[in-house]
Amino acid sequence: MTARSVTIVGAALAGLRGAEALRRDGFDGPITMVGEEAHLPYDRPPLSKQFLSGEWPADRTSLIGSAQLSELDVAARLSTRAESFELSSRVLELSDGERLVVDGLMITTGSRARVLPGGERMTGLHVLRSLDDAVGLRADLDRSPSRVVVVGAGFIGAEVASTIKTLGIDVTVVEAGRNPLGRVLGDEIGAICGEIHREQGVDLRTGVGVDAIEGAERVEAVRLSDGSRVNADVVVVGIGAIPNSEWLRGSGLTVDDGILCDETCLAAPGVVAAGDVARWPNRRFGEVMRVEHWDNAIEQATHAALRLMHEGPGDEATEFTPVPWFWSDQYDRKIQMAGRVRPGDRSQLVTGSFDERRFAVLFGRSDRLMGVVGFNRPRHVMRYKSMITDGVSFADAVSADV
Amino acid sequence: MKIVVDYDLCESNAVCMQIMPEVFEVRDDDFLYVLDENPGDEHRSKVDECVNRCPKQAISVQD
Ligand SMILES: Cc1cc2nc3c(=O)[nH]c(=O)nc-3n(C[C@H](O)[C@H](O)[C@H](O)COP(=O)(O)OP(=O)(O)OC[C@H]3O[C@@H](n4cnc5c(N)ncnc54)[C@H](O)[C@@H]3O)c2cc1C
Ligand code: SF4
Repeated sequence: MTARSVTIVGAALAGLRGAEALRRDGFDGPITMVGEEAHLPYDRPPLSKQFLSGEWPADRTSLIGSAQLSELDVAARLSTRAESFELSSRVLELSDGERLVVDGLMITTGSRARVLPGGERMTGLHVLRSLDDAVGLRADLDRSPSRVVVVGAGFIGAEVASTIKTLGIDVTVVEAGRNPLGRVLGDEIGAICGEIHREQGVDLRTGVGVDAIEGAERVEAVRLSDGSRVNADVVVVGIGAIPNSEWLRGSGLTVDDGILCDETCLAAPGVVAAGDVARWPNRRFGEVMRVEHWDNAIEQATHAALRLMHEGPGDEATEFTPVPWFWSDQYDRKIQMAGRVRPGDRSQLVTGSFDERRFAVLFGRSDRLMGVVGFNRPRHVMRYKSMITDGVSFADAVSADV
Repeated sequence: MKIVVDYDLCESNAVCMQIMPEVFEVRDDDFLYVLDENPGDEHRSKVDECVNRCPKQAISVQD
Protein backbone atom coordinates (compact mmCIF):
# COMPACT_ATOMS: atom_id res chain seq x y z
CA MET A 1 0.00 0.00 0.00
CA THR A 2 1.27 3.41 -0.84
CA ALA A 3 -0.42 6.36 0.82
CA ARG A 4 -2.58 8.59 -1.39
CA SER A 5 -2.61 11.38 1.15
CA VAL A 6 -0.39 12.08 4.14
CA THR A 7 -1.22 13.75 7.44
CA ILE A 8 1.68 14.98 9.52
CA VAL A 9 1.01 15.64 13.19
CA GLY A 10 3.53 18.08 14.70
CA ALA A 11 4.41 21.11 12.59
CA ALA A 12 8.02 21.68 13.51
CA LEU A 13 11.46 20.55 12.34
CA ALA A 14 10.76 16.85 11.75
CA GLY A 15 7.28 17.50 10.33
CA LEU A 16 8.52 20.05 7.83
CA ARG A 17 11.54 18.05 6.71
CA GLY A 18 9.29 15.02 6.32
CA ALA A 19 6.91 16.96 4.09
CA GLU A 20 9.80 18.20 1.97
CA ALA A 21 11.16 14.68 1.63
CA LEU A 22 7.75 13.44 0.42
CA ARG A 23 7.68 16.09 -2.29
CA ARG A 24 11.30 15.47 -3.27
CA ASP A 25 10.42 11.80 -3.65
CA GLY A 26 7.72 12.78 -6.12
CA PHE A 27 4.66 12.34 -3.91
CA ASP A 28 1.96 14.58 -5.37
CA GLY A 29 -1.02 13.73 -3.15
CA PRO A 30 -2.38 16.06 -0.48
CA ILE A 31 -0.22 16.73 2.59
CA THR A 32 -1.77 18.21 5.72
CA MET A 33 0.37 19.31 8.63
CA VAL A 34 -1.36 19.70 11.99
CA GLY A 35 0.44 21.73 14.66
CA GLU A 36 -0.47 22.76 18.17
CA GLU A 37 1.63 25.90 18.10
CA ALA A 38 0.43 29.08 16.41
CA HIS A 39 3.71 29.40 14.48
CA LEU A 40 4.88 27.92 11.23
CA PRO A 41 7.87 25.60 11.75
CA TYR A 42 10.81 27.37 13.37
CA ASP A 43 14.21 26.37 14.64
CA ARG A 44 14.67 25.71 18.36
CA PRO A 45 18.47 25.74 18.84
CA PRO A 46 18.70 29.56 18.49
CA LEU A 47 16.10 29.98 21.25
CA SER A 48 18.72 29.37 23.95
CA LYS A 49 21.46 31.07 21.92
CA GLN A 50 21.04 33.96 19.45
CA PHE A 51 17.39 34.66 20.20
CA LEU A 52 17.82 34.70 23.97
CA SER A 53 20.88 36.92 23.72
CA GLY A 54 18.92 39.41 21.65
CA GLU A 55 21.21 38.96 18.65
CA TRP A 56 18.47 37.49 16.44
CA PRO A 57 14.87 38.65 16.13
CA ALA A 58 12.22 35.94 16.36
CA ASP A 59 11.65 35.79 12.60
CA ARG A 60 15.21 34.64 12.03
CA THR A 61 14.34 31.34 13.64
CA SER A 62 11.73 30.67 10.95
CA LEU A 63 12.31 27.52 8.87
CA ILE A 64 9.77 28.30 6.18
CA GLY A 65 7.43 31.12 5.14
CA SER A 66 3.79 30.66 4.21
CA ALA A 67 4.53 31.34 0.54
CA GLN A 68 7.16 28.59 0.42
CA LEU A 69 4.80 26.26 2.24
CA SER A 70 2.10 26.79 -0.39
CA GLU A 71 4.71 26.26 -3.07
CA LEU A 72 5.39 22.93 -1.41
CA ASP A 73 1.64 22.39 -1.55
CA VAL A 74 1.35 21.62 2.16
CA ALA A 75 -1.79 22.66 4.03
CA ALA A 76 -0.90 23.79 7.55
CA ARG A 77 -3.50 23.64 10.31
CA LEU A 78 -1.87 25.61 13.08
CA SER A 79 -3.11 26.20 16.65
CA THR A 80 -4.70 22.77 16.29
CA ARG A 81 -3.91 19.82 18.51
CA ALA A 82 -4.36 16.19 17.56
CA GLU A 83 -6.31 14.79 20.49
CA SER A 84 -6.41 11.11 19.58
CA PHE A 85 -5.94 8.56 16.85
CA GLU A 86 -7.48 5.15 16.32
CA LEU A 87 -5.45 2.77 14.21
CA SER A 88 -8.31 0.43 13.30
CA SER A 89 -10.55 3.19 11.90
CA ARG A 90 -7.67 5.58 11.10
CA VAL A 91 -9.64 8.41 12.66
CA LEU A 92 -7.61 11.37 13.85
CA GLU A 93 -9.48 13.65 16.19
CA LEU A 94 -8.51 17.31 16.28
CA SER A 95 -8.96 19.90 19.01
CA ASP A 96 -11.38 21.89 16.83
CA GLY A 97 -13.69 18.89 16.88
CA GLU A 98 -12.98 17.69 13.38
CA ARG A 99 -12.42 13.96 12.81
CA LEU A 100 -10.17 13.21 9.86
CA VAL A 101 -9.89 9.78 8.33
CA VAL A 102 -6.22 9.63 7.47
CA ASP A 103 -4.33 7.52 5.00
CA GLY A 104 -0.59 7.90 5.58
CA LEU A 105 0.24 9.26 9.04
CA MET A 106 3.53 10.76 10.14
CA ILE A 107 3.93 11.42 13.85
CA THR A 108 6.35 14.23 14.65
CA THR A 109 4.99 15.61 17.93
CA GLY A 110 8.43 16.01 19.49
CA SER A 111 8.93 16.54 23.18
CA ARG A 112 8.19 19.13 25.82
CA ALA A 113 10.13 20.49 28.76
CA ARG A 114 9.90 18.58 32.00
CA VAL A 115 8.66 20.75 34.89
CA LEU A 116 9.50 20.59 38.59
CA PRO A 117 7.65 17.81 40.42
CA GLY A 118 5.58 20.33 42.39
CA GLY A 119 4.28 21.79 39.14
CA GLU A 120 4.54 25.32 40.57
CA ARG A 121 3.27 28.20 38.46
CA MET A 122 4.56 31.67 39.23
CA THR A 123 5.54 34.73 37.30
CA GLY A 124 9.26 34.54 36.63
CA LEU A 125 9.35 30.74 36.54
CA HIS A 126 10.23 29.47 33.08
CA VAL A 127 11.00 26.47 30.96
CA LEU A 128 12.49 26.83 27.48
CA ARG A 129 11.07 24.72 24.70
CA SER A 130 8.98 26.89 22.40
CA LEU A 131 9.31 30.29 20.80
CA ASP A 132 6.59 31.55 23.15
CA ASP A 133 8.62 30.29 26.13
CA ALA A 134 11.66 32.11 24.77
CA VAL A 135 9.74 35.34 24.21
CA GLY A 136 8.48 35.19 27.81
CA LEU A 137 11.94 34.54 29.24
CA ARG A 138 13.46 37.24 27.07
CA ALA A 139 10.90 39.76 28.36
CA ASP A 140 11.85 38.90 31.95
CA LEU A 141 15.54 39.39 31.13
CA ASP A 142 14.74 42.82 29.71
CA ARG A 143 13.55 43.83 33.16
CA SER A 144 17.17 43.53 34.40
CA PRO A 145 16.77 40.84 37.05
CA SER A 146 19.37 40.89 39.81
CA ARG A 147 19.85 37.13 39.66
CA VAL A 148 18.64 34.22 37.56
CA VAL A 149 18.66 30.69 38.92
CA VAL A 150 18.94 27.92 36.35
CA VAL A 151 17.80 24.53 37.59
CA GLY A 152 19.66 21.75 35.79
CA ALA A 153 23.03 22.01 34.06
CA GLY A 154 22.15 19.84 31.07
CA PHE A 155 22.55 21.22 27.57
CA ILE A 156 19.62 23.62 27.67
CA GLY A 157 20.41 24.79 31.23
CA ALA A 158 24.07 25.28 30.41
CA GLU A 159 23.28 27.25 27.26
CA VAL A 160 20.74 29.41 29.05
CA ALA A 161 23.21 30.10 31.85
CA SER A 162 25.91 30.94 29.34
CA THR A 163 23.71 33.31 27.33
CA ILE A 164 22.30 35.07 30.39
CA LYS A 165 25.72 35.45 32.03
CA THR A 166 27.06 36.92 28.81
CA LEU A 167 24.30 39.55 29.07
CA GLY A 168 25.89 40.63 32.33
CA ILE A 169 23.24 39.15 34.62
CA ASP A 170 24.27 37.13 37.69
CA VAL A 171 23.48 33.44 37.37
CA THR A 172 23.32 30.54 39.81
CA VAL A 173 23.14 27.04 38.32
CA VAL A 174 21.83 24.21 40.47
CA GLU A 175 22.73 20.70 39.36
CA ALA A 176 21.76 17.51 41.18
CA GLY A 177 24.60 15.48 39.65
CA ARG A 178 28.23 15.59 40.65
CA ASN A 179 29.17 17.43 37.46
CA PRO A 180 27.27 19.22 34.72
CA LEU A 181 26.57 16.77 31.89
CA GLY A 182 28.45 14.06 33.77
CA ARG A 183 25.96 11.43 32.73
CA VAL A 184 26.28 12.26 29.04
CA LEU A 185 29.92 13.24 28.68
CA GLY A 186 31.43 11.37 31.62
CA ASP A 187 32.71 12.89 34.85
CA GLU A 188 36.09 13.91 33.50
CA ILE A 189 34.66 16.10 30.75
CA GLY A 190 31.71 17.06 32.96
CA ALA A 191 34.17 18.51 35.47
CA ILE A 192 35.63 20.68 32.72
CA CYS A 193 32.13 21.96 31.89
CA GLY A 194 31.82 22.88 35.58
CA GLU A 195 35.14 24.72 35.55
CA ILE A 196 34.10 26.67 32.47
CA HIS A 197 30.90 27.85 34.18
CA ARG A 198 32.84 28.95 37.26
CA GLU A 199 35.53 30.73 35.27
CA GLN A 200 32.81 32.75 33.62
CA GLY A 201 31.60 33.85 37.02
CA VAL A 202 28.57 31.56 37.27
CA ASP A 203 27.73 30.39 40.79
CA LEU A 204 27.54 26.63 40.14
CA ARG A 205 26.16 24.40 42.89
CA THR A 206 26.49 20.68 42.17
CA GLY A 207 25.18 17.69 44.09
CA VAL A 208 22.16 19.63 45.34
CA GLY A 209 18.52 19.48 44.44
CA VAL A 210 15.72 22.03 44.60
CA ASP A 211 13.36 21.71 47.58
CA ALA A 212 11.05 24.58 46.75
CA ILE A 213 10.53 27.66 44.65
CA GLU A 214 9.53 30.46 47.04
CA GLY A 215 7.37 33.43 46.22
CA ALA A 216 3.77 34.49 46.08
CA GLU A 217 2.74 35.75 42.64
CA ARG A 218 6.32 36.13 41.56
CA VAL A 219 9.41 34.02 42.13
CA GLU A 220 11.51 35.30 45.05
CA ALA A 221 13.97 32.57 45.92
CA VAL A 222 14.94 28.96 45.43
CA ARG A 223 15.42 26.73 48.46
CA LEU A 224 18.00 24.00 47.95
CA SER A 225 18.28 20.54 49.45
CA ASP A 226 21.39 21.53 51.42
CA GLY A 227 19.29 24.07 53.32
CA SER A 228 20.60 27.12 51.49
CA ARG A 229 18.40 29.71 49.85
CA VAL A 230 19.22 31.67 46.70
CA ASN A 231 17.34 34.89 45.97
CA ALA A 232 16.19 35.13 42.36
CA ASP A 233 13.75 37.15 40.27
CA VAL A 234 13.83 34.66 37.44
CA VAL A 235 14.12 30.86 37.53
CA VAL A 236 14.65 28.72 34.44
CA VAL A 237 14.05 25.01 34.78
CA GLY A 238 16.04 22.83 32.38
CA ILE A 239 15.65 19.30 33.67
CA GLY A 240 15.06 17.39 30.49
CA ALA A 241 12.27 16.64 28.07
CA ILE A 242 9.30 14.28 27.86
CA PRO A 243 8.06 12.90 24.52
CA ASN A 244 4.63 14.12 23.42
CA SER A 245 3.13 10.68 22.94
CA GLU A 246 0.32 10.55 25.53
CA TRP A 247 -2.25 11.56 22.94
CA LEU A 248 -1.63 8.19 21.25
CA ARG A 249 -2.44 6.07 24.32
CA GLY A 250 -5.15 3.60 23.39
CA SER A 251 -4.60 4.25 19.68
CA GLY A 252 -3.35 0.77 18.91
CA LEU A 253 0.22 2.04 18.55
CA THR A 254 2.82 1.19 21.20
CA VAL A 255 3.48 4.15 23.49
CA ASP A 256 6.54 3.57 25.63
CA ASP A 257 8.55 6.70 26.35
CA GLY A 258 7.73 7.85 22.82
CA ILE A 259 6.18 5.97 19.91
CA LEU A 260 7.78 2.62 19.37
CA CYS A 261 8.68 1.94 15.73
CA ASP A 262 10.39 -0.92 13.97
CA GLU A 263 13.92 -0.69 12.56
CA THR A 264 12.62 1.23 9.57
CA CYS A 265 10.66 3.93 11.50
CA LEU A 266 7.32 2.23 10.81
CA ALA A 267 5.00 2.25 13.84
CA ALA A 268 2.13 0.39 12.12
CA PRO A 269 1.03 -0.08 8.52
CA GLY A 270 0.90 3.39 7.01
CA VAL A 271 2.12 5.06 10.20
CA VAL A 272 5.65 6.35 10.75
CA ALA A 273 7.24 8.47 13.46
CA ALA A 274 10.34 10.66 13.53
CA GLY A 275 12.23 13.15 15.65
CA ASP A 276 12.18 13.58 19.43
CA VAL A 277 9.01 11.46 19.79
CA ALA A 278 10.22 8.33 17.97
CA ARG A 279 11.81 5.31 19.61
CA TRP A 280 13.27 2.60 17.41
CA PRO A 281 15.87 -0.16 17.43
CA ASN A 282 19.05 1.23 15.93
CA ARG A 283 20.82 -1.91 14.71
CA ARG A 284 24.16 -0.17 14.42
CA PHE A 285 24.29 0.17 18.19
CA GLY A 286 22.09 -2.78 19.14
CA GLU A 287 19.99 -0.40 21.19
CA VAL A 288 16.40 0.81 21.18
CA MET A 289 16.83 4.56 21.27
CA ARG A 290 15.02 7.86 21.19
CA VAL A 291 17.19 10.78 20.15
CA GLU A 292 16.49 14.40 21.05
CA HIS A 293 18.85 16.03 18.58
CA TRP A 294 18.25 18.51 15.81
CA ASP A 295 20.09 16.56 13.12
CA ASN A 296 18.27 13.35 13.93
CA ALA A 297 14.92 15.05 13.49
CA ILE A 298 15.87 15.88 9.90
CA GLU A 299 17.50 12.58 9.02
CA GLN A 300 14.81 10.45 10.62
CA ALA A 301 11.97 12.47 9.12
CA THR A 302 13.50 12.02 5.69
CA HIS A 303 13.87 8.30 6.26
CA ALA A 304 10.35 7.94 7.69
CA ALA A 305 8.80 9.87 4.79
CA LEU A 306 10.40 7.53 2.26
CA ARG A 307 9.36 4.56 4.36
CA LEU A 308 5.76 5.69 4.14
CA MET A 309 5.98 5.94 0.36
CA HIS A 310 7.64 2.60 -0.18
CA GLU A 311 6.00 0.15 2.12
CA GLY A 312 4.45 -2.31 -0.27
CA PRO A 313 5.78 -5.89 -0.55
CA GLY A 314 8.82 -5.93 -2.75
CA ASP A 315 9.73 -2.40 -1.79
CA GLU A 316 13.03 -2.37 -0.04
CA ALA A 317 12.46 -1.14 3.51
CA THR A 318 15.79 0.09 4.73
CA GLU A 319 16.71 0.16 8.38
CA PHE A 320 17.41 3.49 10.02
CA THR A 321 20.89 3.19 11.54
CA PRO A 322 22.29 6.68 12.08
CA VAL A 323 25.20 7.71 14.25
CA PRO A 324 23.54 10.30 16.54
CA TRP A 325 25.25 13.67 16.55
CA PHE A 326 24.63 16.99 18.25
CA TRP A 327 26.25 20.25 19.18
CA SER A 328 25.87 22.70 22.03
CA ASP A 329 27.33 26.20 22.24
CA GLN A 330 28.30 27.38 25.71
CA TYR A 331 30.29 30.58 26.20
CA ASP A 332 33.01 30.37 23.55
CA ARG A 333 33.03 26.57 23.55
CA LYS A 334 31.46 24.56 20.78
CA ILE A 335 30.75 21.16 22.23
CA GLN A 336 29.91 18.31 19.92
CA MET A 337 29.28 14.67 20.40
CA ALA A 338 28.67 11.77 18.04
CA GLY A 339 27.81 8.14 18.71
CA ARG A 340 26.70 6.48 21.91
CA VAL A 341 28.72 6.69 25.10
CA ARG A 342 28.03 4.74 28.30
CA PRO A 343 29.62 4.80 31.72
CA GLY A 344 32.42 2.25 31.69
CA ASP A 345 33.39 2.85 28.07
CA ARG A 346 37.09 3.40 27.72
CA SER A 347 38.26 6.78 26.56
CA GLN A 348 41.31 8.31 24.98
CA LEU A 349 42.24 11.92 24.33
CA VAL A 350 43.31 12.10 20.68
CA THR A 351 43.87 15.76 20.00
CA GLY A 352 44.38 18.95 21.99
CA SER A 353 44.32 19.04 25.79
CA PHE A 354 41.87 19.47 28.63
CA ASP A 355 43.87 22.49 29.85
CA GLU A 356 43.28 24.50 26.71
CA ARG A 357 39.65 23.28 26.60
CA ARG A 358 40.15 22.34 23.00
CA PHE A 359 40.25 18.61 22.46
CA ALA A 360 38.64 15.48 21.09
CA VAL A 361 38.14 12.34 23.18
CA LEU A 362 37.22 8.97 21.73
CA PHE A 363 35.10 6.36 23.50
CA GLY A 364 35.24 2.63 22.85
CA ARG A 365 33.59 -0.58 23.96
CA SER A 366 35.36 -3.90 23.40
CA ASP A 367 37.41 -2.95 20.40
CA ARG A 368 34.77 -0.77 18.79
CA LEU A 369 34.80 2.97 18.37
CA MET A 370 31.48 4.05 19.91
CA GLY A 371 31.64 7.79 20.33
CA VAL A 372 33.54 11.03 20.19
CA VAL A 373 33.27 14.25 22.19
CA GLY A 374 34.92 17.43 21.00
CA PHE A 375 35.39 20.88 22.49
CA ASN A 376 36.08 23.42 19.75
CA ARG A 377 37.05 20.59 17.42
CA PRO A 378 34.12 20.40 15.03
CA ARG A 379 36.11 19.08 12.09
CA HIS A 380 37.62 16.27 14.15
CA VAL A 381 34.27 15.21 15.55
CA MET A 382 32.91 14.84 12.03
CA ARG A 383 35.90 12.78 10.91
CA TYR A 384 35.54 10.42 13.85
CA LYS A 385 31.80 10.27 13.28
CA SER A 386 32.54 8.89 9.79
CA MET A 387 34.83 6.31 11.38
CA ILE A 388 32.02 5.22 13.71
CA THR A 389 29.80 4.88 10.64
CA ASP A 390 32.47 2.83 8.89
CA GLY A 391 32.93 0.52 11.88
CA VAL A 392 36.57 1.46 12.42
CA SER A 393 38.13 -0.18 15.49
CA PHE A 394 38.97 1.87 18.57
CA ALA A 395 42.69 1.20 18.15
CA ASP A 396 42.67 2.25 14.49
CA ALA A 397 40.72 5.41 15.31
CA VAL A 398 43.16 6.33 18.08
CA SER A 399 46.13 5.97 15.76
CA ALA A 400 44.47 7.58 12.74
CA ASP A 401 45.90 10.81 11.41
CA VAL A 402 43.01 13.31 11.53
CA MET B 1 22.69 28.92 -8.70
CA LYS B 2 25.31 30.50 -6.51
CA ILE B 3 26.31 29.15 -3.11
CA VAL B 4 26.84 31.74 -0.41
CA VAL B 5 28.29 30.90 3.00
CA ASP B 6 27.99 33.26 5.94
CA TYR B 7 31.38 32.76 7.56
CA ASP B 8 30.28 34.53 10.73
CA LEU B 9 27.81 31.71 11.30
CA CYS B 10 29.82 28.77 9.94
CA GLU B 11 31.56 26.78 12.65
CA SER B 12 33.44 24.45 10.28
CA ASN B 13 31.73 21.29 11.44
CA ALA B 14 31.97 19.81 7.93
CA VAL B 15 28.38 18.60 7.78
CA CYS B 16 28.09 20.04 4.28
CA MET B 17 31.38 18.42 3.28
CA GLN B 18 30.00 15.00 4.16
CA ILE B 19 27.11 15.57 1.79
CA MET B 20 28.99 17.29 -1.07
CA PRO B 21 32.75 16.87 -0.74
CA GLU B 22 33.12 18.12 -4.31
CA VAL B 23 31.70 21.51 -3.27
CA PHE B 24 32.59 22.00 0.40
CA GLU B 25 35.92 21.31 2.05
CA VAL B 26 36.91 21.97 5.65
CA ARG B 27 40.70 21.92 5.59
CA ASP B 28 43.25 21.20 8.28
CA ASP B 29 43.29 24.90 9.14
CA ASP B 30 39.67 24.42 10.31
CA PHE B 31 38.25 26.79 7.72
CA LEU B 32 35.57 25.97 5.21
CA TYR B 33 36.43 26.45 1.54
CA VAL B 34 33.79 26.42 -1.16
CA LEU B 35 35.42 24.58 -4.05
CA ASP B 36 32.63 25.21 -6.53
CA GLU B 37 30.43 28.24 -5.93
CA ASN B 38 28.27 27.58 -8.96
CA PRO B 39 27.35 23.91 -9.18
CA GLY B 40 25.02 23.01 -12.05
CA ASP B 41 21.28 22.84 -11.51
CA GLU B 42 21.38 19.05 -11.60
CA HIS B 43 22.95 19.25 -8.13
CA ARG B 44 20.07 21.27 -6.73
CA SER B 45 18.64 18.66 -4.37
CA LYS B 46 22.07 17.87 -2.88
CA VAL B 47 22.73 21.56 -2.36
CA ASP B 48 19.31 21.95 -0.73
CA GLU B 49 20.22 19.10 1.58
CA CYS B 50 23.39 20.96 2.59
CA VAL B 51 21.34 24.10 3.26
CA ASN B 52 18.88 22.14 5.42
CA ARG B 53 21.46 20.10 7.29
CA CYS B 54 23.77 23.01 8.13
CA PRO B 55 22.99 23.42 11.83
CA LYS B 56 24.08 27.04 11.78
CA GLN B 57 21.93 28.13 8.83
CA ALA B 58 25.15 29.37 7.28
CA ILE B 59 24.55 28.26 3.69
CA SER B 60 22.20 29.96 1.29
CA VAL B 61 21.61 29.74 -2.44
CA GLN B 62 21.09 32.63 -4.82
CA ASP B 63 19.39 31.74 -8.08
C1 LIG C 1 16.09 25.70 23.46
C2 LIG C 1 16.53 24.49 22.66
C3 LIG C 1 17.82 24.42 22.16
C4 LIG C 1 18.25 23.31 21.45
N1 LIG C 1 19.53 23.28 20.98
C5 LIG C 1 19.98 22.19 20.31
C6 LIG C 1 21.31 22.13 19.84
O1 LIG C 1 22.12 23.06 20.04
N2 LIG C 1 21.72 21.03 19.16
C7 LIG C 1 20.87 19.96 18.94
O2 LIG C 1 21.29 18.98 18.33
N3 LIG C 1 19.58 20.00 19.35
C8 LIG C 1 19.12 21.09 20.04
N4 LIG C 1 17.81 21.12 20.50
C9 LIG C 1 16.93 19.96 20.22
C10 LIG C 1 16.19 20.09 18.89
O3 LIG C 1 15.65 21.37 18.75
C11 LIG C 1 15.10 19.03 18.83
O4 LIG C 1 15.72 17.77 18.77
C12 LIG C 1 14.16 19.22 17.64
O5 LIG C 1 13.42 20.39 17.80
C13 LIG C 1 13.22 18.04 17.47
O6 LIG C 1 12.31 18.29 16.44
P1 LIG C 1 10.87 17.60 16.36
O7 LIG C 1 10.24 18.17 15.16
O8 LIG C 1 11.04 16.15 16.50
O9 LIG C 1 10.10 18.03 17.69
P2 LIG C 1 9.69 19.46 18.24
O10 LIG C 1 10.65 20.48 17.77
O11 LIG C 1 9.49 19.27 19.70
O12 LIG C 1 8.29 19.76 17.56
C14 LIG C 1 7.12 19.05 17.82
C15 LIG C 1 5.93 19.91 17.46
O13 LIG C 1 4.75 19.14 17.59
C16 LIG C 1 3.76 19.91 18.26
N5 LIG C 1 2.82 18.98 18.92
C17 LIG C 1 3.02 18.25 20.03
N6 LIG C 1 1.94 17.50 20.33
C18 LIG C 1 1.02 17.77 19.37
C19 LIG C 1 -0.31 17.29 19.11
N7 LIG C 1 -0.89 16.37 19.88
N8 LIG C 1 -0.96 17.80 18.04
C20 LIG C 1 -0.37 18.72 17.22
N9 LIG C 1 0.87 19.18 17.42
C21 LIG C 1 1.56 18.72 18.48
C22 LIG C 1 4.54 20.75 19.21
O14 LIG C 1 3.78 21.87 19.60
C23 LIG C 1 5.76 21.11 18.37
O15 LIG C 1 5.53 22.25 17.60
C24 LIG C 1 17.36 22.24 21.22
C25 LIG C 1 16.06 22.29 21.73
C26 LIG C 1 15.63 23.39 22.44
C27 LIG C 1 14.24 23.43 23.00
S1 SF4 D 1 27.53 22.67 7.54
FE1 SF4 D 1 27.33 24.86 7.91
S2 SF4 D 1 28.50 25.26 9.77
FE2 SF4 D 1 29.11 23.25 9.01
S3 SF4 D 1 30.93 23.64 7.76
FE3 SF4 D 1 29.16 23.64 6.38
S4 SF4 D 1 28.54 25.79 6.28
FE4 SF4 D 1 29.88 25.61 8.05
